[in-house]
This record gives sequence, structure tokens and C-alpha cells, in this order.
Amino acid sequence: MAKPLTAQKILDELKKCGITHIIWLPDSEARFMYDAMKDLPGITLVPVCHEAEAPAIAAGLTVAGKKPIVLIQNTGFFECGDSLRGTILDIKLPLLLMLGYRGYRSGKLSGTAAIYLEPILDAWGIKHYLLESDDDINKISAAYKQTNETSHPVAVLIGKEYEQA
Amino acid sequence: MMDCLEAEKVIARHRGDAVVITSETASHEWPQISSTDLDLPWYGAMGMASSVALGLALAAPKRKIIIIDADGSLLMNLNSLVTIAGMAPANLIHFVIENGIYRSTGGQPIPAAGKVSFAGLAKAAGYRHTYELDKLADLEAKVDTIIGQPGPTLCCLKTPPTTERTIHGFPTGAELIAAYHRVGKAISRS
Repeated sequence: MAKPLTAQKILDELKKCGITHIIWLPDSEARFMYDAMKDLPGITLVPVCHEAEAPAIAAGLTVAGKKPIVLIQNTGFFECGDSLRGTILDIKLPLLLMLGYRGYRSGKLSGTAAIYLEPILDAWGIKHYLLESDDDINKISAAYKQTNETSHPVAVLIGKEYEQA
Repeated sequence: MMDCLEAEKVIARHRGDAVVITSETASHEWPQISSTDLDLPWYGAMGMASSVALGLALAAPKRKIIIIDADGSLLMNLNSLVTIAGMAPANLIHFVIENGIYRSTGGQPIPAAGKVSFAGLAKAAGYRHTYELDKLADLEAKVDTIIGQPGPTLCCLKTPPTTERTIHGFPTGAELIAAYHRVGKAISRS
């Protein structure tokens, strides 16, 4: 049986990184993440109406000393393009993007949302790491360290549905 | 209607130690009025200044954050009204210069020019206070309340259409980065 990807373990890792805000728009796999996040002490949840808002909100938080991440689906990442360019890339700000990998299943890609994701991240120079089980959780801290060291966004791709803690 | 430059001068006189972010058309005038560590003229991703302002407002709840937005820009990020209302930052004041046109591209009318009510949209989204002003004297009379009361507050300022450009080109990446970090440092000191 495949190993799970547990929402609570992801949040524990984010807390270890000192994350202050999670800017998010739910995707179809994120129900357990929301259940785990909604009453989380020390981290403020910032729900947005449209994913393009997320990098800009993160930019404002970051320059004022906070540590936000963006949690959206790959389809939402496509919506973010110019906002990410103008508010994060141009300003050389760090940002950890946690992207639901719609269309990915155990190494196989189905549909354009999955097929275009990694080539587009590569085109933007955004390093990315795949998260498929709790064994991969430490990739979050590594990605967060990398985005801060490079002042450039880094993405963690959520390749599996979250499960309840 | 009121003159855009004069309206921004009123805001500048009453801002106190608020951070001011200016978007698109407002960025033409603001550098003539103020250039401090607390000014962030916004260029680049059109419409996103209100979202940057929300981030700053959430990060520094004791600091007033003023966004001087424009009608075309706000239309490009209209959903930000609902997001801002949802987070309800009491320190966010959202001015909107309504001139009915896209100034920087030669004066083409915005969609539904003269029909859409930005104050009405903000009120329906859930902003705590909304205003729609077309006389400079009314702005002078109300500006302290608008800035001083707990928000989020949106104030629409009706200005005549003008295609005059007082800025040409965009600041360099280094200038933008420096402006961002000046504002961040100033907020961190507060």
C-alpha cells in the first residue's frame, strides 16, 4: 500500500520553518489541509478569491518581515503569471509555492494542467520538488531554505491527495 | 469632479505616517508630491497594488496603509475587494481615482465607464466604510475621518479624464527593489 501524505505533518514542517501566513485557494484535494489549518495557532490563513492575488499579498507580507507561503493548485499557478513576475520575480523576493499537482499520479501525467506544469516552472527558472508521501516532508524545509538563499521562488509539487492526520 | 493632483495633495497632507502605495494613474502625480521611505509608487503587475497593500496591512496592523488605486487597475483585480473585506484589515484605506479611462494607453474608456459604482462594489463586498466624492472640498472635509477610522475603507474620487503623462517608462528593477525594501524597513522600525 502506498504511503500517505499527511496534512498535519506538512503543517508541522511549515511551523518548523517559521511560516507566519498561508495564502491559499482550496483545490479539490485540499479538504484535509483546510481542516488542519483553520485553527492553527501562530499561522494566519489568508483565503483569496483568485490565485493572482496570492504572490502580491505575499510580497507585501515579505517586505514587512513576515514569512508567507502560497498554497494553490497547478491550474491556479497558471493564473498567477504576471503577478508572480511583477511582485516576486522582479523584486527578487523569496516565495515558497506549494502547488497541487492536478493530473499527476505515481509518475504519470494526465491532462494539460499536469503536462505543462514542470516545463513552465522550468521556463521561469523556478526549481521544484515532488512530494508524494510523508517520507518527502523534509523537502519542504529544503525548498524554503533554497528560496530564501536565492531570493527566487521555489515550488513543492503535491503529487498526491492529502490524508487526514 | 476634482483634479487628480489636487486630490492626492489633500491625501498627502493628511496621511501622517501612513505608507502610501500608488497604482497606475496615481503614480503619475504622487512622485511630484511626496518621495519618502513610506512611499511605494507601483508599476509592473497591473492591478496588484491593492493586494500588495493587503499584505503590508496584515503584516503591520498598527501602521496605516493607504492605497491610491485607479479604476482600470481595480477592474483588473476586482476580486481583491472581496479578499480584503474577508481579512478586514482595520488599517487599510483604499482610495480609487475614477477617471473612466485607461490613461497610460491613450484614454480608451474602461468597461462600463460611468455605469459601474466602485463604492457600491466595495460596500457589497463587505468594506466597513465606503465613500464616493466628486468635490475637492468634500474630500478636504472628510479625509481625516476616512483615514482615521477603522477600515477597511474605500473612497472613490471622481476625476476628469486626462491622457497627460507625467511619467515616461518604468523604473528600473533596482529602483523598484530599493523602494520595496525602504518601505519594509520603515515598517519594521515602527
